[in-house]
Amino acid sequence: MAATPQTLDQLAGADSRPRWVSAILNFVRRRPLGAIGAAIILVMALLAATANFIAPYDPLATDYGAMLAAPNAQHWLGTDAFGRDVLSRMIYGSRTALMVGLGASLLGAVFGSLIGVASAYFGGRVDLVVQRVMDVFFAFPVIILALAVVAILGTGVGNVILAIATPMVPRCARVVRSSALSVREMPYVDAARASGYGHRRIILRHMLPNVMAPILIMATAFLGEAILLEASLSFLGLGVTEPTAAWGLMLRGAAVEFAETAPWMAFFPGLAISLAVFGFNLFGDSLRDALDPRLRTQ
Amino acid sequence: MAFYILKRLLAIIPTLFGVAVLIFLLLRVVPGDVVEARYMSQGSQFQSQDLMNIERKKLGLDQPMWKQFTTWMGGLVRLDFGLSMWTGSPITEEIKLRFALSLQLAIMASTTAVLLAIPLGILAAIKQDTWIDYAVRVFSIAGLAMPSFWLGILMILSMLIFFKWLPPMVFTPLWVNPWENLAQLIWPALAVGYRYSAVGTRMMRSTMLEVLREDYIRTARAKGLWLKLILSRHALKNAILPVLTIMSLEFAFLLGGLVVTEQVFNLNGLGMLFVEGIARRDYTLIQALVMLVATVFLLVNFLVDIAYAWLDPRIRYR
Repeated sequence: MAATPQTLDQLAGADSRPRWVSAILNFVRRRPLGAIGAAIILVMALLAATANFIAPYDPLATDYGAMLAAPNAQHWLGTDAFGRDVLSRMIYGSRTALMVGLGASLLGAVFGSLIGVASAYFGGRVDLVVQRVMDVFFAFPVIILALAVVAILGTGVGNVILAIATPMVPRCARVVRSSALSVREMPYVDAARASGYGHRRIILRHMLPNVMAPILIMATAFLGEAILLEASLSFLGLGVTEPTAAWGLMLRGAAVEFAETAPWMAFFPGLAISLAVFGFNLFGDSLRDALDPRLRTQ
Repeated sequence: MAFYILKRLLAIIPTLFGVAVLIFLLLRVVPGDVVEARYMSQGSQFQSQDLMNIERKKLGLDQPMWKQFTTWMGGLVRLDFGLSMWTGSPITEEIKLRFALSLQLAIMASTTAVLLAIPLGILAAIKQDTWIDYAVRVFSIAGLAMPSFWLGILMILSMLIFFKWLPPMVFTPLWVNPWENLAQLIWPALAVGYRYSAVGTRMMRSTMLEVLREDYIRTARAKGLWLKLILSRHALKNAILPVLTIMSLEFAFLLGGLVVTEQVFNLNGLGMLFVEGIARRDYTLIQALVMLVATVFLLVNFLVDIAYAWLDPRIRYR
C-alpha cells in the first residue's frame, strides 16, 4: 500500500512538467534517430547564429607566421595554407551551408509545389505539357544542370542558391503533383469552384495547404542534398568563392595538395559536411514517417 | 506488347528533342564563347575583333541561332556529332577515350552498390527495430551524408599514411593491364558505390517490410515452410523489383555525373570532360555529352518500363 502515494507522486511529477518538455521527451523516446538529427541541426543553427561570438579568430584573418599549423592550443583544429584558423572557418562555414541549404530548398519547394499543384489542377493539355517539360529536366544529372546554371550566372552564394534550386524544382513538382491529383477530386475543391472562386484562390488557398505534408518532406530532403551539392560545386571552384568560409571550398586546392602533411585541413571540413547532412537526413526521415506513412516506401 | 514497346520507344524522341533545345539554349546564354575562351587562355584578351570574327565564322558561330540549331540537329539525325570547337577533332573520338573509363567505373560502382544494398536491406528488414536494423540504417544514412569526394580524399590519405602506397594516377585500359586498371578504379568505385548503395538499402528495407506483411507470406509460414525458403522464394522476388529499378535509373547518372569524384581521383572521364568543356565554351562537345547521358538515361528508363510490363500484364493496358 505504501507504494501507491509514491507512484502518485511520480505521476504528479510527470504532469507538472511543462507541456513542451514532455512533447520533446515523447519525440526523443519515440524517434531516437530523429531526435539525434534535430540535435545536430540545432547545434549547427546555434553555431551559425553565434559565429561572431564563439569563433576564436576572424575566419578571413591570415597569419603567415602559423601556416599549416597542426592542431594545438591556439588553433584547436590547426590552420590552412594561409594561416587561417580552420575551426573559425568551419564555424562560419555553417552559416554558408545553412544559407544555401535553406535558400535553395525553399526556392525549389515553392516553385516546384506551385508548378505541381497548378499542373494537377488544370489537368488536360496543360498538365501534359508541364509533365513533358519536367521529363526533359529529369534527363539531366543534377550536378550537370547546376553547373550549367553556374556557368550562366557566375559564382557566388546567391547564384549557387539558384543553381541548386533549379534541379530541385522538377523533382518537387512531380511528387507534389501526384498528391495534388487526389486532392483535386475532393468535394471541397468542387465546392470552391461552384462558389465561383478564381483559379489562383483555389490553388493557393484550397489545394496547396492540403499537400503541405509532401512539400515539407521534399523540402527537408532537399536541405541535406543542397548542402552536399553546394560543397561539390565549391570544391570544383564553381560555387561559393574565396575568401568566403564554406566547407566545400575548404577541401579544395591546398587541402588536397598538402593532405599528407596537413591532413586536418581535409578531414574536419568534410566531417562538418557529413554531420550536417546526416542530421538533416535523420530528421527528414522521422518527419516523413510522422507526417505521411504512405510515403515511407519512397 | 509490341505496340506497347513501340509506343514507349517513340515517346523518347520528343523528350530527347526537348533536352537538345534546352542545352542548346542554356549554352548560348553562357557569357563568352570558345574563341574568347581560347584567347583568354593564351593570355591575350585584347585580340582584334576582326581576327576573332574570322574564327567565329570558321566555326559557324556567326550564323543565326536557328540555323546553328538545324545544322546540329541535321548532324544528330545522322548520328554525326561534328567536331569539337576547341580541339577541332571529331567528338566521337574525344568521347570514345573517356567513355570506356566512365562506363567501367559506373558498372563497378553499381555492382558495389547492389552487393551492399540487397543483403543489408534484407537484414535490416528481418531484424526490424533491433540494434542491427538501427546500425544498418545509420550506415546507409551516413553513406548518403558523406560527400563521395571527401570519402575519396580520406581513402587516398589513409592509404598514403598507413601503407605508404598511392593508387596509380594514370589510366590503364582493362585489356592492357587488368591489375593496374583495377588498382586505380576500385577506390572511386567503392567511394561512389557506398553512396549509391544507401538509396538501395533503404528501399530494400522498406519494400521487404511491406512484402513480409502480405497474406501470402503468412500463408507460407502457416504451411510451415522454412524462413529461408520464404525469404528467397516468396518475399525477395516481390520486394527486389523497385530496388533494381531505382538503382538502374541511377546508372545513367553514374556515367556522366561523377564530376567531382573524377577530379579527386584524377580520372579523365566524361565528368572531367564536361567541366573542361564548360570552361572552354566548347558548345558542340557539351551538347554531345548531354545528349549521350540523356539518351542512356531514357533508354534505361524505357528498359525498366518494358521489364515491368513484361512481368506485370496489368501495366500494359494503362
